[in-house]
Amino acid sequence: MKQEIIIAGFGGQGVLSMGKILAYGALMNDLEVTWMPSYGPEQRGGTANVTVVISDTRISSPIVDTYDVAVILNQQSLDKFEHSVKPGGLLIYDPYGIHRMPERKDIRIIEVKAMDATIEYGNAKSYNMILLGSLIKVDPIVSIDNVLKGLKKVLPERHHHLLPANEKAVKIGMELVNE
Amino acid sequence: MNQEVKLMKGNEAIAHAAIRYGVDGYFGYPITPQSEVLETLEAEMPWETTGMVVLQAESEIASINMVYGGAATGKAVMTSSSSPGISLMQEGISYLAASELPALIVNVMRGGPGLGTIHPSQSDYFQATKGGGHGDYHLIVLAPATVQEMADFVGLGFDLAFKYRTPAMILADGIVGQMMEKVVLPEPRPRRTEEEIARQCPWAATGHSHGRKPNVVTSLELDSALMEKNNERFQRTYREIEKNEVRYESYHTEDAEYLIVAFGTVARICLKAIEDARAEGIKVGLIRPITLWPFPYDAIAEASKTCKGILVTELNAGQMIEDVRLAVGRNMNVRHFGRMGGIVPNPSEILSALKKELIGE
Repeated sequence: MKQEIIIAGFGGQGVLSMGKILAYGALMNDLEVTWMPSYGPEQRGGTANVTVVISDTRISSPIVDTYDVAVILNQQSLDKFEHSVKPGGLLIYDPYGIHRMPERKDIRIIEVKAMDATIEYGNAKSYNMILLGSLIKVDPIVSIDNVLKGLKKVLPERHHHLLPANEKAVKIGMELVNE
Repeated sequence: MNQEVKLMKGNEAIAHAAIRYGVDGYFGYPITPQSEVLETLEAEMPWETTGMVVLQAESEIASINMVYGGAATGKAVMTSSSSPGISLMQEGISYLAASELPALIVNVMRGGPGLGTIHPSQSDYFQATKGGGHGDYHLIVLAPATVQEMADFVGLGFDLAFKYRTPAMILADGIVGQMMEKVVLPEPRPRRTEEEIARQCPWAATGHSHGRKPNVVTSLELDSALMEKNNERFQRTYREIEKNEVRYESYHTEDAEYLIVAFGTVARICLKAIEDARAEGIKVGLIRPITLWPFPYDAIAEASKTCKGILVTELNAGQMIEDVRLAVGRNMNVRHFGRMGGIVPNPSEILSALKKELIGE
């Protein structure tokens, strides 16, 4: 079992953190994991992405060509990564701010209106956690329990009062793909 | 035994490993992509637990000279930087080598030359392995490919530096500095006491109230006859290191018709290319030098005996390839594939290069 995942969007959307929580979740699941960010000025605007490889055996390369799963949060990232999804792979995207919809016919495409859900939930910082909830619902590579344990590891203790709100956001995200 | 598995960046692993090894002092100046070393040390505040000094100096030049001062007293001291900062340190590194001082220098390489980019590179291979500063000297150069090795090579680097009284360098690329993966940190151990340091380092400037002859730590020797003797002693040490400390890892070399030689994280990208090549029936092996100096010449010569060609893959214009050519001689087809300036190739680019350069497809 191996999954090569890319999460791509604008800097500030929580792309790297989402990958980090997913990576910690994989650690809690006792899997091998690598987390490779795009680093640099894009943290302050522009596009940011992170590659997370999760496997039950030793991972050779943290850098890959093609992805089993792509989580796409803006138009630039869709243009860049739609064609890097492996045939039969999964593309999750938020249509907010996207004007050209994905066109591939040989992959599974799931639309998640995470921005709308975030606005409805009224907690702007929960956007990435809502998306993470949708991701693990469609692609249960990591259990929700382990995602929440991972979140506890990523959040400094002084922010642990935010855990319930984040757990709620993950559950909102999971319900979004029920419909 | 606390074998807790943690998830962290390579740069963070270096900081944690340094505290646990019992390092006495870290002196550095921030630069991407290695700033997390200093950041993590400052967040961990080891001065309150082990007594380790952590100091952000005013520059890289100050940092390396603080390392020189600490090392002269027998303390385990280190610095870290990235390519342009390491260039600034070269004078101090040459002085450390000439004064036979143990120290650890970490270079998390970025794309050059000049100020270049902040993205990953391996273009400081020549500088690290051939003596970046002036004079006939070598550093022991360790090239980590995993976050685990980033942690492990801190201890290994110091152990070798003290064993041979010579500075050691961890030559990492921006990828392994920035990426996170699982790591088991070394068991914490206390810093050495002053008595232990005096016993382990009888050459060090530790004070001489007990009537021994003063220890003088210097790289200056105006008598050329003596300076040549010093050089001969350095060279004897280097020959010992070459004899004892060559380290490398090989994969799938037993039946290989083609060989890839790569170091650091690039070796892992190559390994994925090799998995893909083997799925197509192309028999490729990999040698990953772990010590870039001393270089595993014999291992590469041995592995190449059954091979039709070698592809050296690096994040530079072709530097380690010179050592590979020295290892195998002129009759072997040795080709290079590299990306420069902070660009990292993906596995399929490497597989294409292998086919184009060696198989003629």
